[in-house]
Amino acid sequence: MELIKLTIDNRPVEVEKGTTVYHAAKKLDIEIPTLCYMNLADLKIEHKPGGCRVCVVEVEGRRNLAPSCATECHDGMVVKTNSMRVLNSRRTVLELILSDHPFDCLICAKSGNCDLQNMAIKMGVRSIPFQGEKSTYKPDYSPAIIREMDKCIMCRRCETMCNDFQTVGVLSGINRGFEAVVAPAFERDLDHSECTYCGQCVAVCPTGALTEVDHTPQVIRALADTAKTVVVQTAPAVRAALGEEFGMEPGTLVTGKLAAALRRLGFDYVFDTDFAADLTIMEEGTELLDRLGRFLGGDKSVKLPMLTSCCPGWVNFFEYYYPDMLDIPSTARSPQQMFGSIAKSYFADKIKVERKDMVVVSIMPCVAKKYEASREEFKVDGNPDVDFSISTRELAALIKGANIDFKSLPDEDFDKPLGESTGAAVIFGVTGGVIEAAVRTAYELHTKKTLDKVDFKQLRGLEGIRSASVDFNGVEIKIGIAHGLGNARKLLDDIKAGKSHYHAIEIMACPSGCIGGGGQPLHHGDSSVLKARHKAIYSEDEMKVLRKSHENPYILKLYEEFLGKPMSEKAHHLLHTHYFAKKLRHIDID
Amino acid sequence: MAKYKMHMLVCGGTGCRASASDMLYENLKKEVQEQGLDNEVQVVTTGCFGFCEQGPIVKMIPDNTFYVGVQPKDAAEIVAEHALKGRKVGRLLYKDPVKKEQIPDSKHMGFYKKQIRIALRNCGLIDPENINEYLAADGYEALGMVLLEMTPETAIKEVIDSGLRGRGGGGFPTGVKWKIAHDVKGEQKYVVCNADEGDPGAFMDRSILEGDPHCVLEAMAINGFCIGATKGLIYIRAEYPLAITRLKIAIEQAREYGLLGKDILGSGFDFDVELRYGAGAFVCGEETALIRSMEGHRGEPTFKPPFPAQSGYLGMPTNVNNVETYANIPVIINKGAKWFASIGTEKSKGTKVFALAGKINNVGLIEVPMGITLREVIFEIGGGIKGGKKFKAVQTGGPSGGCLTEKHLDTPIDYDNLLAVGSMMGSGGMIVMDEDDCMVSVSKFYLDFTVEESCGKCSPCRIGNKRLYEILDKITKGQGSMEDLDKLRNLSNVIKDTSLCGLGQTSPNPVLSTLDNFYDEYVAHVTEEKCFAGQCKDLIKYEIIPENCVGCTACARNCPVNCISGERKQVHLIDQSLCIKCGACLEKCKFNAVTII
Amino acid sequence: MTSVKLKLKENDVQKIKEICKSFNNEPGELINVLHKTQEHFGYLPAEVQEEVAEGLGISVAKVYGVVTFYSFFTMLPKGRFPISICTGTACYVRGAEKVLDEFKRILKVPVGETTPDGKFSITCLRCVGACGLAPVVMVGDKTYGRVTTDGVKDILKEYENE
Repeated sequence: MELIKLTIDNRPVEVEKGTTVYHAAKKLDIEIPTLCYMNLADLKIEHKPGGCRVCVVEVEGRRNLAPSCATECHDGMVVKTNSMRVLNSRRTVLELILSDHPFDCLICAKSGNCDLQNMAIKMGVRSIPFQGEKSTYKPDYSPAIIREMDKCIMCRRCETMCNDFQTVGVLSGINRGFEAVVAPAFERDLDHSECTYCGQCVAVCPTGALTEVDHTPQVIRALADTAKTVVVQTAPAVRAALGEEFGMEPGTLVTGKLAAALRRLGFDYVFDTDFAADLTIMEEGTELLDRLGRFLGGDKSVKLPMLTSCCPGWVNFFEYYYPDMLDIPSTARSPQQMFGSIAKSYFADKIKVERKDMVVVSIMPCVAKKYEASREEFKVDGNPDVDFSISTRELAALIKGANIDFKSLPDEDFDKPLGESTGAAVIFGVTGGVIEAAVRTAYELHTKKTLDKVDFKQLRGLEGIRSASVDFNGVEIKIGIAHGLGNARKLLDDIKAGKSHYHAIEIMACPSGCIGGGGQPLHHGDSSVLKARHKAIYSEDEMKVLRKSHENPYILKLYEEFLGKPMSEKAHHLLHTHYFAKKLRHIDID
Repeated sequence: MAKYKMHMLVCGGTGCRASASDMLYENLKKEVQEQGLDNEVQVVTTGCFGFCEQGPIVKMIPDNTFYVGVQPKDAAEIVAEHALKGRKVGRLLYKDPVKKEQIPDSKHMGFYKKQIRIALRNCGLIDPENINEYLAADGYEALGMVLLEMTPETAIKEVIDSGLRGRGGGGFPTGVKWKIAHDVKGEQKYVVCNADEGDPGAFMDRSILEGDPHCVLEAMAINGFCIGATKGLIYIRAEYPLAITRLKIAIEQAREYGLLGKDILGSGFDFDVELRYGAGAFVCGEETALIRSMEGHRGEPTFKPPFPAQSGYLGMPTNVNNVETYANIPVIINKGAKWFASIGTEKSKGTKVFALAGKINNVGLIEVPMGITLREVIFEIGGGIKGGKKFKAVQTGGPSGGCLTEKHLDTPIDYDNLLAVGSMMGSGGMIVMDEDDCMVSVSKFYLDFTVEESCGKCSPCRIGNKRLYEILDKITKGQGSMEDLDKLRNLSNVIKDTSLCGLGQTSPNPVLSTLDNFYDEYVAHVTEEKCFAGQCKDLIKYEIIPENCVGCTACARNCPVNCISGERKQVHLIDQSLCIKCGACLEKCKFNAVTII
Repeated sequence: MTSVKLKLKENDVQKIKEICKSFNNEPGELINVLHKTQEHFGYLPAEVQEEVAEGLGISVAKVYGVVTFYSFFTMLPKGRFPISICTGTACYVRGAEKVLDEFKRILKVPVGETTPDGKFSITCLRCVGACGLAPVVMVGDKTYGRVTTDGVKDILKEYENE
């Protein structure tokens, strides 16, 4: 690769040809501010519209200022990133953006975590010289995501995630000029669109325009209600990221502190979604073996590949886009929902609490889980299996609000019986983890042999679509894995065209799996954060003694005492579901 | 084939058509037939003659009689008198406003004397719907020469040596642009003609496309050969239906004659042209936005580099040029670069088409050599200020340009000179303003346009221009402050310095040039809350001068809000609390009794 | 953008499919498809946009984003006599703003909308290119030149009994 030399702020730097000024500056530890540029290098997502004009720099010989994110270095280039001309322009551009922005910081969900606010603080803005019309839009409250477009700065990151990466295509820039904004078709609300609530738009929004619905008030009310037994479950991906909200390094496992914090918040029972993940494997693994068995035995009516179904964003996606293929995903519910179902039946019975007096709260890296919890089929006589799902960020807010010093908490364990889990459960949090967990169990159940190595490295990695095969005693089982709905679509289109040769496919809607979920601590465009969380998840798996779901003694007890066996009628009733074809046409609405 | 003794050329440009020139054409044809002259006299619709103020135009060949303001009902007289008896119809001849004498031949008219029509060479001469007429006017000779006697490199050199610069406004050397596209490797290259003439008040490209569509097709084919492109696209405004029709006809005819399509003239070179339609977005005149629009997207520009020559339509090397730029190409090849370079100034060769409009006597389309002064254009060709009023300013470059004043009138027109005095060439719109035009209002008008047309992608243009407009609006309402004037300047400079595309980068020009040249007017609006030009509604009053009012009641009868009171033969009075400042009373008063203060 | 609902008949849906097919169902031809579709229906209500999206295999949001970007496309039916007032510089300098205000005042509709009886709609045009006749107003295909504030009511009178 050709190397070129340039000067930035009087400092020399050498870079490969094709590098932009922004990245060349980074090499010198010069962080040029930006609001729209986003480079998730590890996921190969680069969003570079060159629209915010905040990252502009002075380039000798160029008439006007250049956007550093979109300007390639040339040999001998002389760049100034903080001359008075640049600073004046940058500040004016920021003032313009602020002149069209509500001053809601005191009550904005993004306060303290907002790229725009941080920039205003850094530049010391004390007044806005431009008073004028402000864009106002009706706020949009959906079950999972809130859109407050008054706060939109037209960075278009959400558009890129929704259209290019997720290929859901709900969002687009509309109108022109000052009235331009990002919205669904016809400016309908999200819950009248094909939004899957994957939350990737929320994950990348630099301001408070896109945030998750806040369920913490409801959780606090439940905790304060002495008549209620409040049970909490927490997803695998949470423990690998929660620490970041308290200043810890990305990738720090905080499982023990997480349990301790939940206890101190006042939850009556601190359980683990991982328990239900093991349960999911029992059900889904059995379902997979059943289908595989019949298929390999020559039954032409069996639909393969089987698709995982624990990701609610993914479920919404195939209900909208593949409504004629609703019989191929697994019928197993997600761990969140299985947990709720078991908590309000099996566990409620055990502690002799009535269903109506139990409140199940889940801590999820996800915003789609909020929608999932509200689905009608996951309620019994109107009472939901999971009452409230809150995100990792909301939990952090609760902990901070309760004046708990998270970092100094001791490590504690989850309560039993719904708190015990295996390593197979924790890897649900990453792409490839669900299917690896399923394989660990399916292999042993089918071959009746014990695995000498439980690590299936061929299923791991961060490439968007991966293919692997696992040898089930001479039978080659072909497995497909995708994360990101755009990648999922490719696999689904292959199935539709009859070109798919997989037996099982794992899909996660979010990049790198749940650890990259819409409810996680914001990565602010740094994909190395996701890589660190990815590593942490696998290390927790390795540290566990029990690493296969079917070895979880509490799971075995649950079947023995309550469910009978996987796919039993009771299991079907409580732990399985079916799907609904969704289609939106203007004529059906309003 | 009949050999005609006489041709009647009827202007078929949109302006004249709006005054029923198509009916005039039909009537002339009918009359010629009825008089049994259809073997001797041919009636032809041509493109725009340029003298729009005096339209509809009919020109007689071979004696070059130039009739103006011809109505459909005049057809009979023209045929009876001029065709049959050889006698000119005096009342339809152009009368010089100053010398008051009739001028039958356009060569001697003040409007035409200093013009050199190169890009417009065929407009008003040939029937644009007949390829044979184009061929007879040396049409497609250049293409033949290039394909059969030149190489891409020699042809590009000719264009470089001619000194031709982009006529769309950017002024980039055309030959150099072609060379860059030629040098880039690509499996499929494209040639794009930018016919999205969006500057309000500009109709140069429209006239060329309506009057001489083939010259653009020929030039695009030459361009294709030079850079190695086999596909041409013309991006044309949806608001130009006549131009679209004429282009479609031209493309069909060219294909029929093998001048477009496969193996043109047996050279082995394939080239064909398709039309793409704009949909009402000024920003799509910017080449990267144009390309995005052709690809089926919102017309949001992309940053440059990469330039379209490197990565354009569908990511392929693309050369984009303006209609007028293309119109010059065939004649450069035919007559040579040296000839073209002999016209114009040192750095700006050739001619420029301008759409001269505003408070001027001779509104119309003109083509002048680079280097001619603004004074010559406005006062000689333009015939001076309408109604004998005082010249105040001339705007060139549309919403991207600046207002030049009295002191700039002797500036020789070329790309660099206009930039140096705070304006720019632009695509060719030239609007003349007089003492009744308020420069703050003009500035606000242009910003209103920019705010409407901004695509919204980048912050400085989307929000900055809106804020500029709001400040100007405040000033026109007497609510501005001196601080606002500083804000206007600073904000304008930042918008220019940081905007993503040419639209934003030039949108503050009207503000900056009027602040520079008419600062006193701004100050008057701010400190005295006065609009001396009498335009800003909130700062003016319509009043009746008692001494001049005879009580004819014309004003009161025509007032849309009934705010004028007065008996017959008594002095009338305007109720200021109801007056909406529409100006109808001023229009109607024949006694100079209504004034603006 | 405000809009008017429309229930599509089977042959309407077929027509849209045909138009998309005539452009090879290419997503890049969206603007050409919208032109042809608007030509046929007179405007582009949501139902039509949904069919176009389906025909070209793109998202409805994308179609809406393009429709709302370009001034030529409308989601509201135009009046039987669409009035276009040229507000280009040449016409502006010759008083087009006052003419526009007068139309708005008499018809009581803002720019971009249609009178309740569906007769007239007002839009602004940027330069018809008949600057010699400034200010210019078009009603349907008919062009009126040198329009004065006074003359507005006379123009409207021509369509009184239509």
